[in-house]
Amino acid sequence: MLNNLILSSSVARLTDGPERKDEIDRAKSEGKDLTKEEKQRLRKEKKQQKKIKEKKDDKASQENEKEKKPVTSAAPASQPPTQPTVQKAPSAVPATAPVSVPASEASVPADKPTKTKAELKAERRARQEAERASKQSKKGETGQQAATSKPKAPPSDLQPVVKRLPEHIQVDNPDVLKKLAKKLERQQIPLRSDYGYKVSLFSHLHQYSRKAPLTQQLSIPSTVIHPAIVRLGLQYSHGIVAGSNARSVALLHAFKQVIRDYTTPQNEELSRDLVNKLKPYISFLNQCRPLSASMGNAIKYIKKEISNIPSNCKEDEAKNKLLNCIESYINEKIILAGVAIAKCAIEKQKISDGDVILVYGCSSLVNHILCKAFEKSRKFRVIVVDSRPRLEGKEALRRLVQKGISCTYVLISAVSYILPEVSKVFLGAHALLANGYVMSRVGTSQIALVAKAFNVPVLVCCETYKFCDRVQTDSFVSNELDDPDDLIVTRKGTTPLEGWENESSLRRLNLVYDVTPPDFVDLVITELGMIPCTSVPVVLRVKNVDQ
Amino acid sequence: MELQAVLMAAGGGSRMTDLTYNTPKAMLPVGNKPLMWYPLNLLEKVGFEEVIVITTKEVQKAMSTDLKIKDVKMKLDVVSIQEDGDMGTADALRHIQPKIKTDILVLSCDLITDVALHEVVDLFRAHNATMAMLMSKAHEFTETVPGQKGKKKTAEQRDFVGVDKSGKRLLFMANEADLEDGLSIRKSIMRKHPRMLIKTGLVDAHLYCLKKAVVDFLTENKSISSIRGELVPYLVRKQFSKTVNSQKLKDDTDDQTQEKNDGPANHELLISSRDEPLLQLAQERSCWNDHRGDMSEAYHGGKLRCYVHIMDQGLCCRVNTLAAYIEVNRLAPKLFEEPSVHPSADISERCQMGSDSIIGAECHIADKTSIKRSTIGNFTTVREKVKVTNSIIMHGVTIEEGCNIQGSVICSNAVIGRGADLKYCLVGNGQHIEPEAERTNEIIVGTDQLMEI
Repeated sequence: MLNNLILSSSVARLTDGPERKDEIDRAKSEGKDLTKEEKQRLRKEKKQQKKIKEKKDDKASQENEKEKKPVTSAAPASQPPTQPTVQKAPSAVPATAPVSVPASEASVPADKPTKTKAELKAERRARQEAERASKQSKKGETGQQAATSKPKAPPSDLQPVVKRLPEHIQVDNPDVLKKLAKKLERQQIPLRSDYGYKVSLFSHLHQYSRKAPLTQQLSIPSTVIHPAIVRLGLQYSHGIVAGSNARSVALLHAFKQVIRDYTTPQNEELSRDLVNKLKPYISFLNQCRPLSASMGNAIKYIKKEISNIPSNCKEDEAKNKLLNCIESYINEKIILAGVAIAKCAIEKQKISDGDVILVYGCSSLVNHILCKAFEKSRKFRVIVVDSRPRLEGKEALRRLVQKGISCTYVLISAVSYILPEVSKVFLGAHALLANGYVMSRVGTSQIALVAKAFNVPVLVCCETYKFCDRVQTDSFVSNELDDPDDLIVTRKGTTPLEGWENESSLRRLNLVYDVTPPDFVDLVITELGMIPCTSVPVVLRVKNVDQ
Repeated sequence: MELQAVLMAAGGGSRMTDLTYNTPKAMLPVGNKPLMWYPLNLLEKVGFEEVIVITTKEVQKAMSTDLKIKDVKMKLDVVSIQEDGDMGTADALRHIQPKIKTDILVLSCDLITDVALHEVVDLFRAHNATMAMLMSKAHEFTETVPGQKGKKKTAEQRDFVGVDKSGKRLLFMANEADLEDGLSIRKSIMRKHPRMLIKTGLVDAHLYCLKKAVVDFLTENKSISSIRGELVPYLVRKQFSKTVNSQKLKDDTDDQTQEKNDGPANHELLISSRDEPLLQLAQERSCWNDHRGDMSEAYHGGKLRCYVHIMDQGLCCRVNTLAAYIEVNRLAPKLFEEPSVHPSADISERCQMGSDSIIGAECHIADKTSIKRSTIGNFTTVREKVKVTNSIIMHGVTIEEGCNIQGSVICSNAVIGRGADLKYCLVGNGQHIEPEAERTNEIIVGTDQLMEI
């Protein structure tokens, strides 16, 4: 009787959102707890309100729910999916055919209030068969319907998939910041505070000051974080270790020391505990300087290797194995890859006699290629393009001139004047994105654009371990903001921008990366060969299959 | 473990014998706390959990009874050495070498500072330095020092410190005493660092971060006995030594075991870590250089690097002279947010007390007294109608009625007779000043002390 009362009242209320609460209250007052499944169910019902046309179906489904309620509270989690499947059917498509089938089936259980598990299972299977059949006769069904045909589809699949944004590009969202602060507190890592006024277009990114290092808030003989990692974090934030390859190598070196000093605590497995130990270190390094794509891939590799260690392996053996893995990763992916790329570039006549090659900034790989080409007695000259505030080109210039290569040095503002002389442009990359875009030092896309305008071929050199499956079409969404104080220049004792922090209307921007579209890039030289920019997802797919 | 702290508390206070002939320097009260409490507090605040304290038996005994030191939450590993033995600071390090397992932070007990220690240690970590030290701009002492006749002598022998243009890398260090013919700088240093700033107004805080390899090096070289006087200038010179740089290539392939067999001292200082090739690779691939304008790589390829952090703001004082002691008594209490009057002191209502005075525990201050800008130690009794201005009164002192004490230092357990008038005097331990005495600018110590030279 009580059930009927609820049914009649709830049917009327199904169309009204706020009154849903009454139903819940009533259910609660009846002494029944709303299980997780029921909450999900309620959520789904709200969605279906817009799609439900026939009250009869609701009534039928309501009957189902009410009877299933005592069952679900005791039943395993697999039961609730049956309810959504029942409800999804009426909700999905305007056609009544699938509706009537479950409706009729729904009425069957209505006659018998209590059922055994096996019988319910059989009913469920029958319903799903019917739905599958109806689905095949339909065209253009939504993904939700497809999901329902799976036997044990978890309820979350049926909701529209919301892609979560990574936390590091949601700095202007206070909830995300709170979550981050909580997470860091749990890991006992200090939170680094942002510095200065940010340009509004980039207010979703972190901006730190080098004068406020993270070590200020750490205890000096650092016990929470391994000393090698503290040292590494400092070197990152001071810029002593800069450049994609250098950062990855230094990271792996620090991890080697961590692994060496690690001892498995009692009742813990190395494969699980070590991964957990590495998490706060990675958060710490992220706070010192946002991780690069190459570092991310290296970390993924290490975590995979650690979790693949069999549990019966002795600690020393396991550690040795891991150290060897790291060594071989560096050897294969960085050192040998560099050698292979250089060989490829030189042998395939990408650097020929009489060439004038333009390079931008200081890319370790490009410098390596040029030095090797010079050793193989190719006659070419290099134009080094540089930009403020980093002025990395000076370091590239030093390395090339030390070898004996004749170089010219210009700033990026002169690039369109110098391009008529250039025969090829060699660029290094920080990462290659899955849609073929090249992420590199800010200014690279400029160079590529101007080179395209002058019809000069642009070659990007990149090892495959820098390929990442992120997709980006602009340089705003995900970038890095460097210390804005680098923009301040003191000439002849005067600093024009002195005291800038007090000007609230003055915002300074020191971007680190930018994204070059694949239209401007003619070729990517990797250790797998020379591929066009658009083949990056193929390489990624092949890599994933390998792993 | 990253760093081990070592506190040198065995110093004798040779430049202020009047104060230290009865109380060891490490236990001299400053702001009613023993002197060595300040560096211990600095270490504790920063997060150290253990400290190795090298001291004499006398100090060890005094430490065990002192309340403030008992308050220190860190674990103090006290190593006592002979008092009469002429042990320098480097000798002391050699003595505790078996306890040293990692890089060390050496402090002196007479350092009072509020420096942010991470500045020094960050230099040590980030540049993988062999030594990092702290220095501070010297401040003139403004207070009148008792017993000083005539104009204040100019500071003893200055230190000439040469830093590069960033102000962080230490290029040159010498004391005036060693430079008889003039300052000579090697050409190789000038070639590598064409811009060098030489500073003379700096005070060495005697705070050093040293690599473990340096301690091992000390055990091999028994001729070095003082960190400040010999080890530091040696390390600074060694940065630019030719043998150091040419050994670089060999070191990359050396095993750790092989280094133990190597004789020459240079090798000891350059013990490479197990993953040296990886570090080299990272440095090669990194597009950073610490200097611009010449053809050499970062750090000019040198493995030995010494860094200095020069403090220009904040308090950094070494209490090794009487003037420094007086100055520090004025400044040190401002570092802490402690009540100036100890709760157990008994002060009568009719006492005029200035806000910048400090009264210790179990004191009795009677009526009609006036205490301005002074520090009064524990268990002191001050009777009626006494005027104390600008003075330091240590523990257990009795000042009878009607005294007038100005700009003086009264050591422990002294008794000042009634009606005495002391201006800019230093009264030694346990001395009795007769009533109605009038002393100005004198050092009053016992005859037994006068015999010690």
